[in-house]
Amino acid sequence: MKRLEGRVALITGAMRGIGLAIAERYLEEGARVVLADLAQPAADEVRVTLARLGSGASYLQLDVAQEAAWVAAEKSLRSTHGRLDILVNNAGIDCTGAIESLEYSAWRRIMSINVDGVFLGTKTFTHLLGESGKTTKCGSSIINMSSIMGLVGLSEASAYNAGKGAVRLFTKAVALEYAKKGTPIRVNSIHPGFVKTPLLEIGMQKWADRGIAASAKELIDGLAASTPNGRLAEPSEIAGVAFFLASDDSSYCTGAEFVVDGGWTAQ
Amino acid sequence: MSKRLDGKVALVTGGTSGIGAGSVRRLVAEGARVAFTGSNAEAAAKICAETGASFHPSRVEDPAGWPPLMADIVKRYGRLDIAFANAGIEAGDGSIESITFEAWNRLLSVNMTGVMLTAQAAVKTMRNNPGGPTGSIILNSSMNAYRPMGNFIAYSTAKMALIAIGKSVALHCASSGTKIRCNTIHPGVVETDMIRGVINRAPDPKAARAQFEGMAPMKRMAQVDEVAGLVVFLASDEAAFVSGSEYGMDGATTAGMMGV
Repeated sequence: MKRLEGRVALITGAMRGIGLAIAERYLEEGARVVLADLAQPAADEVRVTLARLGSGASYLQLDVAQEAAWVAAEKSLRSTHGRLDILVNNAGIDCTGAIESLEYSAWRRIMSINVDGVFLGTKTFTHLLGESGKTTKCGSSIINMSSIMGLVGLSEASAYNAGKGAVRLFTKAVALEYAKKGTPIRVNSIHPGFVKTPLLEIGMQKWADRGIAASAKELIDGLAASTPNGRLAEPSEIAGVAFFLASDDSSYCTGAEFVVDGGWTAQ
Repeated sequence: MSKRLDGKVALVTGGTSGIGAGSVRRLVAEGARVAFTGSNAEAAAKICAETGASFHPSRVEDPAGWPPLMADIVKRYGRLDIAFANAGIEAGDGSIESITFEAWNRLLSVNMTGVMLTAQAAVKTMRNNPGGPTGSIILNSSMNAYRPMGNFIAYSTAKMALIAIGKSVALHCASSGTKIRCNTIHPGVVETDMIRGVINRAPDPKAARAQFEGMAPMKRMAQVDEVAGLVVFLASDEAAFVSGSEYGMDGATTAGMMGV
């Protein structure tokens, strides 16, 4: 039996990396999935991805930093699906550099996407998620993509750390708020370690370009070596936890953090 | 239901009641072959008849009991993929002023040393699995690892210690090149037969139930099958990158300050 039959999911940052892997996992389990990202709906990458994913998938252009875009997304979900069971606030960017060299505009930009985006999505969809949650055993589920960088600091990643740490505690406060009011929405955060994603590869290339290492590959190999189990995660391994948190099996999980890091933060 | 654990062999300690019994049933339903320990032979016989699991009346705190238990499991099933260290006791616990030295030692020997011995035996056996050293070890801690109770000092201490055991085992198994994982789970108040008994024996069962349910912001207790669902997830290959982690399931009880 497919375990997300009848459920509707909205995933931000869904065109690549972890977001795309989650979309694939949810579709496998019978959910209807709305992939949200920045690309134009008519873009080739959107067309190709939707054709591959099949009829359960659809696309919505959404800039998570824009409140008006979220309001429009909510209207769209209501009219096309009439419900939302799972919201994955996954869209995110990175921002690294020595603190004295970080541009304020770069700080504002990462906060607007990695933090404002999670706030706006959660706020805008509370009513629809709450209504849908009354009709399922486990209630609705909001899954916020934090990071191990929301748990521990990393030199020259202060802005990313600040944003991911914010997501961790925002998750707990909203989980308490819903639970206390009896709103049938659970909220949890996922904390991936180093994952083989385009974001990681591009970020490492930027560090290599700054002369921190000879190549992005050298940095990525270094990250694998610094992970106790000796490798990076595949995006599908993060999708496994995102599926657990969307499924009926996690019906008592809320306000909790789910670390998927191959032992990195246990060190 | 899809068989997520087909071909896997599991050990559950303290499998004759509560979360342990629920996990035996759920692991079997997901396709695993299951061995379990416990102290209630009558309850065990019922679970064996119902599920086809095998019962091994071994005590987790007895070091001498582990080698024959593991030999028995390997002889019967050929391997070990999942170990759920669940056995635990509460009787005799108290506050710092009331607990006796004997009770403290007995509680820690089962709830802490027993878990270490379970993990030790599991790692030794999993190292010799046909096809290479793989497996998932799951330690049943509690939300009380984060919120110790004034009247359960030994229980609270042991449950917090399990976090260190879990991470130490995870790091050792990873750094020595095995694919053996180890994680802790931290359930809130679970509606087990034991808790139901406490509620039913209370002078006002309705009030007692309301008190237990009110402990979580979610205003209910966890059900045994919900905890078993988390055990199955961590036991499955879907959790292949999860090791050294602490997974909570407490209806938001530890998300904020208790009672606020």
